[in-house]
Formats: sequence, structure tokens, C-alpha cells
Amino acid sequence: MSIFDLTIAQASAKLAAKEISAVELTTAYNDAVAALNPRLNAYITTTPELALEQAQAADARIAAGDATALTGIPIAVKDLFCTEGVRTTAASKILEPFIPPYESTVSAKLKAAGAVTLGKANLDEFAMGSSNITSGYGPVENPWKRAADQDAKLVPGGSSGGSAAAVAARIALAATGTDTGGSIRQPAAFTGLAGIKPTYGRCSRFGIVAFASSLDQAGPMARNTEDCALLLNAMAGFDEKDSTSAQREVPDFTKALNRGVKGLRIGIPAEYRLEGTNPEILALWDKGIEWLKTQGAEIVEISLPHTKYGLAVYYIVAPAEASSNLARYDGVRFGKRVDGVDLIDMYERTRAAGFGPEVKRRIMIGTYVLSHGYYDAYYLKAQKVRNLILRDFTTAFETVDAILTPTAPSAAFGLGEKMDDPVTMYLNDVFTVPASLAGVPAMSVPAGLNAEGLPLGLQVIGKHFDEETVFAVSAAIENAAGFSALPELRAK
Amino acid sequence: MSLDAATVRRIARLARIRVDDTEVETLKSELNAILGYVEQLGEVNVDGIEPLSGGAQMALRQREDYVTDGEIAEKVLANAPDREQNFFAVPKVVE
Amino acid sequence: MAYMLEGRTGAWEVVVGLEIHAQVISESKLFSGASATYGGAPNAHVSFVDAGFPGMLPVINKECVAQAVRTGLGLKAKINLFSRFDRKNYFYADLPNGYQISQFEHPIVGTGIVEIELQDGTLKQIGITRLHLEQDAGKSMHDQHASKSVIDLNRAGVALMEIVSEPDIRSPEEAGAYLRKIRQIVRYLGTCDGNMEEGSMRADVNVSVRKPGEEFRTRCEIKNVNSVRFVMHAVEAEAMRQIEVWESGGEVVQETRLYDPSKGETRSMRSKEDAHDYRYFPEPDLLPLVLEQSFVDDLAAKLPELPDEKRRRFCDDYGIPFYDAGVLVADQATADFYESVAKGRDGKLTANWMSGDFFAAMNRTGKSIENPPVSAADFGALLDLITDKTINGRIAKDVFEEMVETGKAPGAIVEEKGLRQVTDTGAIDAAVTKVLADNQDKVAEYKSGKDKLFGFFVGQVMKAMQGKGNPALVNEAVKKQLG
Repeated sequence: MSIFDLTIAQASAKLAAKEISAVELTTAYNDAVAALNPRLNAYITTTPELALEQAQAADARIAAGDATALTGIPIAVKDLFCTEGVRTTAASKILEPFIPPYESTVSAKLKAAGAVTLGKANLDEFAMGSSNITSGYGPVENPWKRAADQDAKLVPGGSSGGSAAAVAARIALAATGTDTGGSIRQPAAFTGLAGIKPTYGRCSRFGIVAFASSLDQAGPMARNTEDCALLLNAMAGFDEKDSTSAQREVPDFTKALNRGVKGLRIGIPAEYRLEGTNPEILALWDKGIEWLKTQGAEIVEISLPHTKYGLAVYYIVAPAEASSNLARYDGVRFGKRVDGVDLIDMYERTRAAGFGPEVKRRIMIGTYVLSHGYYDAYYLKAQKVRNLILRDFTTAFETVDAILTPTAPSAAFGLGEKMDDPVTMYLNDVFTVPASLAGVPAMSVPAGLNAEGLPLGLQVIGKHFDEETVFAVSAAIENAAGFSALPELRAK
Repeated sequence: MSLDAATVRRIARLARIRVDDTEVETLKSELNAILGYVEQLGEVNVDGIEPLSGGAQMALRQREDYVTDGEIAEKVLANAPDREQNFFAVPKVVE
Repeated sequence: MAYMLEGRTGAWEVVVGLEIHAQVISESKLFSGASATYGGAPNAHVSFVDAGFPGMLPVINKECVAQAVRTGLGLKAKINLFSRFDRKNYFYADLPNGYQISQFEHPIVGTGIVEIELQDGTLKQIGITRLHLEQDAGKSMHDQHASKSVIDLNRAGVALMEIVSEPDIRSPEEAGAYLRKIRQIVRYLGTCDGNMEEGSMRADVNVSVRKPGEEFRTRCEIKNVNSVRFVMHAVEAEAMRQIEVWESGGEVVQETRLYDPSKGETRSMRSKEDAHDYRYFPEPDLLPLVLEQSFVDDLAAKLPELPDEKRRRFCDDYGIPFYDAGVLVADQATADFYESVAKGRDGKLTANWMSGDFFAAMNRTGKSIENPPVSAADFGALLDLITDKTINGRIAKDVFEEMVETGKAPGAIVEEKGLRQVTDTGAIDAAVTKVLADNQDKVAEYKSGKDKLFGFFVGQVMKAMQGKGNPALVNEAVKKQLG
């Protein structure tokens, strides 16, 4: 068995048993990154020396008997988390020279647990995208290939596409992601990984470059649900520096993995059977339903009537918040500046040069929907429909414990596809956005391959702060699916 | 509601993003496609529905009034594209 | 008589509303732990939150909330248990985030009332529309470098209260009185130091004019006026300008203007014009601010006595005229000084002495009520010597001056200089006898009906006694001997 096939739990056990050292593990991963990243472009910045230092510290910690489950585990950190002394770009040219003098709470917690950081993972610029093609540092290649066409480059999904590709290609053992409308779940599905967007407020947003503040949530992406649980144990928790952080106990999520689904009521929302959805996806969904039924869950047809408006709401709310969140990139205090004849000219040139086309589009839409005369028709209306979407979930969760849906309407698509207009691309998020708008936890778990040999995921949505049930249901699907396929491009 | 070129320019100015004429045309059609898509919200009846603005449903936590931060001018200025001593510097503003 | 400005086409009424920005007294900033203290080296009182760095988030300061509620209570205003923060979006070099966190739709304080007093003693009520909390911006300086403006963010993020009045103000005098009144209230409450020179209080002045009986006409907003005097001047200058515009057939356009004190006129700030679409929306990094009624009640119970109440109480408790009480409650320290002296003494006597000799000495010596020319204890002791007739009022004035000069206690001065009042009727009678004998011609005149000379005799007797005679006894003795 290759060192790269170890899960976190397995690697951790070997580290504890001194069968391998953290330095050995990290060196192997550093080498794999050096070999594969030039092709995959999964990392914007790699930090091999820092990783090695951290690995040495991890070994010392293991020797001292002071290790956690993550001590010595080499991970990728999405380049949206500010890391002290390590360049943080949000995949935007405007932050190209930015070296944060502070650390995000989530990455600090992982560091404190002893995790080793291999580098900063690529993403869609400011996390705006579903394919990683909007990155200012080039697209990421999905390590998975269509069986019939090994040459075609596929996207890894987005926005956490670099994180997804890195973990799938075994150039990171796990990764952090962030999810605003599906940015953890959709790339996880596209690359055969497990990934969870926790309840809004579960992980601190402090130090994460903001896209849409009312939606952004950090979460783990890993080989399986157990690794996700181990990571989330360390990432979650109250942070007084984030006013939207929840003051709640963090349970040991790994304990929920073996709960099983016997007696659980699983909701199947009728509205997710969207017209035109790929029949393979619908077939996989039906399989998922069968798996859960077989394991003793009760399947309940439910209705989330406002789900279909989720995307429209999302593409008003998220750009509106983004247009304001991104106003700080003005070339005055950090980041890149393009000189101008006066202050306004400097702003306009800096922002024109620093932002890519998708970011500009979203800033423009956001600015427009908040502008005088349009606020009520767009933004306020969207906020009201958002409330209806939340109510749909609240009502559904009065009768069910979790909801099962597909994660994405398709498998990974080719680089350059779905580029006709922005809306076609936005439709990728159709199944993931409602949970983001409602703030409820949702996990994508790999459940099978399509006819082309590409991974597909199923999504489990839970009640606010009930990630445990989400983990239990996801683990049940994982067990039943027995997903073991591996991408062609990977460290071996 | 459909955007015209003048509105695109006005929005770009509000957002402080310089756009040239060809960009205005591209943006116009892209933004109109997005606005066309979100138009469907018009069919939702929201009478009596409160807007939901936040992701979290709880009361705001308040911190105690202590000085716990600041006195880090060098760090605050370290990333500045231009500075004059301990000030940020920008092109001269005439008021 | 209502204030009117006379134009070529007749009389014009001035309509004014004020938006006062008052910096909240707190240790740290509204949403960050950096110091809110005025001054400091450039960018020293700045955290990454204040400088708008990526990933930084606001966390609200409890004390700033309490200060806003206290101020709302002081303005007799409705406290909103539910309020919310919004982002006001605009680009400026000293606004790090590209938005200011403010309260737009749901302010923490609603409508209230403030009573102002005019020169002629008229009282007038000015409506308060709202008070909300918001962040201050940093400071851009344009004269430090030849080709650049430089920015200091020390003030960025300091809590401000914006107090908005109804357009109830009708003259420069009322505008000045209103601003002074707000300053007095926040100073009493300890919620803002009211220091307009340091910029901790400044006003945006909304001015329009109209013919009596008309609806409101278009108004202009004069930004950032930083003294009471300038507010009064700006109102007048802007009103005159608008009258001129209307009367020469023009139309006043709604705009932001700046008051130039050196020229005594207002001018348009065209640079700010295109930035007026602020795109307010609820601040997603914060949740709604929900207060418990018990929290508000607790602050209300601990609120200090406010100037209006104190003034009425001084009238009732100490029997002093309304006007005098107004002078004494002008600021908390003066009121406290007065009260510490007047307690257990003759309130009226205390008030007269304070408004007269005490304030005169304070002004003359350049001292303040915090560092008074005579201590409250000594001042009280002097009044006691008057009341128990140890010295008379005239001698007391000399003793007071001596106290100011030497800092000695009044008792010591009286003893040292032998200034005790003479109440020995024998000595007084002897002095009267001598004065009448020396002035027989005047006695004759008096007796032939020139009553006014009575005062002359009293004066001569007092003079002969070096001013120490008890005035009442001297009066009595003169009256008796003149028959």
C-alpha cells in the first residue's frame, strides 16, 4: 500500500506507532507536489520548507506524547484563508503581493492541532466560480479523466477546485475549503471526495477573505467522511472575533459516523427532480435512496417549494455582499496598485487591472441590485425569498432528520465548456445553493461513477448544527457505495 | 428591467472599475443575461414575509470595552503599495 | 418675534435641521479593540479590522451601545430594543473598507425632544428624529506632501453618535442654542466630551428658506461645521445665498456645501456629488442588536440628573430665579460646585455671590470651576460669616478678594485684619452723634424735607467705622438720632 493511499486516520495511527515519521510523510507529499503541481496547478503557492519545519515539530510532539489526530498530517489550505507570513492571494491578481500579518482562526486551529501545511490551494478568484477557471493564476486540472478521452482536461469544480484536485491527486492528504453556494460540495463531487459545508456559524470566518459574508463557511475536504470528521473537530468552534460565530459545544463528529441510519427519516425533495437533469444523476440518487432504506431509514417525500428560486436569490445576494466586501481592494493599504492621475483614476485602474472578468461581473451585478431604485426590486425581494427558502427547510425538518439530493447536476465537465454565458455556469450550483441560503449543514459524499468513469456525489443536508446526523447518513452512503475508484493522475 | 450602456458605465463608476467601450458591450449582455435569469423572482408572492439578511439567527454578542489591539503601525503599513513615514500615501486629493 | 430675513421680495423664514456627529467616550473603538483615544502617532491606534484587511470582522463594543442608549435617554427619546447595522458604501481614501458601518433603517434611538432657551428667555422644543451609531472615518491630509495625500487611520472606527434633529430650527440663534444644548446634555451624561476643536463634535447643517406659510423648499447640507459660532454664521450665510438665488429667478439645487469661515460663505462640494448612491444594505458581518428592557431600565436608573431637571430643582430647592439657575447648571462642574456651597446655606445668597464676585474672579484669574479661585469650603465659610453677621456684605467683598489673592481662609483674614462687624450700639451711637454734629447744615436740609440725605448720613457713619458697622444697626441709629 502506497503512503499516498493512507487516510488521515490511517496515517495518524502509523505516526503514533512510529511506523512512519511526519518528516517522511511530508517529504513524500512535498515531492509529489513538486512532481504533479506544475501540471495540475492545484497550488498557487507551495511551502515545502515550512511544511518540513512543521513536520519536524510534529515529530517532536508525537515523541512527547502530545499529538492530536492531525499532528503531522500534510494538508492544503485554500488560498482564501489568510496565513501569517505566507502570501495569500484569493486567486486574484489584486492580492498578488499580499502577505498577511495574521492567521485565520481556522488555519490557526489546524496548525495548533499539528497539521502540516503544504501550500495554498488554487481556487476561483475570490471563490467566485464553479470550475476554478476564474483563478487569476490559471485553471486547475481535474486529475480524473473520461475513460474514453484521457487527453481532455476537465475542471475540478469550484471554487475550492485546487483543494479538491490536490486531495484527489494525492498531493495533499486533505484540504480546507470554503463554501458559499457549493464551493466545497460541488468540487468534492467532481473529484470523488467527501466534503462538508458545516452550519453557518460553526467555523469562524475570521481571517478568511470574504466573498459573501452571510453565506461563507469553511469546511474540510478529504478522502472520506471519517477524515472530514477529524478535520472538522479541529476547525469548528466559537470565535469571539467573529460576531456570527456560534457559541456552542463542538461534538466529536467521528462518534456520529457509526450511528447508522436505522429509524432516521430521510426527506426526498420532489423539486430537486429538475427537468433536464442528467438521468445518470437521477439514477444515482435513487440508488442512494435504496441504500438508506436498506439500512433501516424511512424515506419521506418532502416539498421544498422555493428551492427552484435558490439560484436566482443567490445570484442577487452573493454579488451584493461581494460588491461591498471587495470595495477594500483599492490599492491603498495592501495589494496591487496601478497608478492614476488622481485618487479615483487610481482606484479605477487598480480594480480594472486587479480583478478578473467574473469578479467584475459580480461586483457590477451586486452594485446594481443595491443601487438606488433597484434595491427593493432585487435585493429586498431576494432576501424575502431567502426567508421562504429557510422556512421550507424548517418545515421539512419538522418531519425529517436529513435530506438526500444529488450534489451537482452533472459530472466534471471539460475546460472551456459551459462558457456560453454566465448563467449556464451558475446552474452548476442549483442543488447546493439552497442549503447555503438556509445556513444548514450539507455534505457531499462520493457515491459512484458515471458511464464515462467520472465520480458523482450525493448531498446530505441536515438541521442547523446537526452535522452529526449529516455525518451518520453520509457514512451510511459511503459504506453502501463502497467508492474506491481513483483518478488516473495521482501520486503513487 | 434591462441595462443600457449608460447604466453599465454608471455602475462601473460606482464600483470604481474602469471599463472601455468594448467591455461595456460585453458586460451589458452578460449582466442582462443574469438579470433576465433572476427576473423569475417576480412570480414569488412575498406578502408579509420579512427579509432574511443574515446567515445566523441569534442576537448580537457584545464585547467588553477594553483596548486589546492596535499599536502595530509597522504591520498595518507593511503591505502598503505607497507610504510616507507612517502614513498611507495616495495621489493628492484636491478638495 | 420670529426671526426673518428681509429680501427684495419680502420676508423669508429660515428652516434648519442639524445632524450632529458626537464621538462616543469609550476606551476602544466601536468594532475593534484598538484605542479610541484622540491623537497618538500616525496609524498607532489601528488594528487590522480598522484598516479593512481581508478577512477582518467587526465585533461590537458593549460600552458604545450603552453610551448611545444613555444619550437617547438624555434626549427623552425612544430606545429601540431592536436595531440593526447597515453598510453605507462609498470609496474614499480614509474609508478603509469602502463602506462605513452605520445604522440606516433601524437606528438604536428613535424620536425625542430637546428644549432650548433663547436670549430673551423663550423656551422652544426641538424634535429629535433619531440617533444612530456609526464608525468614524480616518483622516486624509493634503498639505503634508507636494504630490500626495497621506492617510492616518487612528480615528477610523471610533464610535460616533449621529443625532438628527427635525427641521424645527428657525434662526441662527436657535441653531446655536440647540447645538450648545446637545453638547451640554452629552457632557452631563459623559457620553461625548463635546470638544469641537478636536473634532469630537461636529455638525452637518441642513438649511432652506421659505416665505412664511409655505411648504419647505429645497435644502442644502453644509458639511462638517466645527463650532457653535460657525454653525450660526453658516446658517445665515447659506440662507442669504438661497434667498438671493430664489429672488434672482433661480432655483436652489439640493447639494452638499462647505462653510468657509475665512470668507463667511458656503461653497459647493462638487467632488462628493457623484458618490451619492450609498447602496445601504444590512451589514452581514453583524447580527441585529437586540437589547433587553432591563438593560435600558438599569441605565436609566443610573442616569445623572440632566441640566433641565437640575435647573428646575435648583429653583425649587434653593429659591433662585430660573435665569440664575440656568447659568449655574451650564455645566455639571459648576452645578456641583454651587450645590456643594449652597447646601445648608442661603441658596440665593450663594447664587448671587457665584454669579457676581466668584465668576468675575474666575474670569479675571483665568481659572476654571475645576480649579476654582477659592475652594468651595472657603467660599462657604465666607458666606457663613455674612449670614451670622460676623462681617457685613461690603467687608465680605474685600475678604473675598483677599482670599483669591492669598488663598487664606476667610476666618483668618477677618481675625487678622480685625474686620468683624461692629454690633455694639454704644459705639454706633457715638459715631452717629459725631457725624450729625459735623454735618449740621445737612441735618437742617434733611429736616426741611430732603429725605434723600439719609443715605449720606449712613455712608458717613460706615466710613467713620471703616465699613465694619452692622448696616441694619447703623440705619436704626441714624433714624433714631435724626428724630
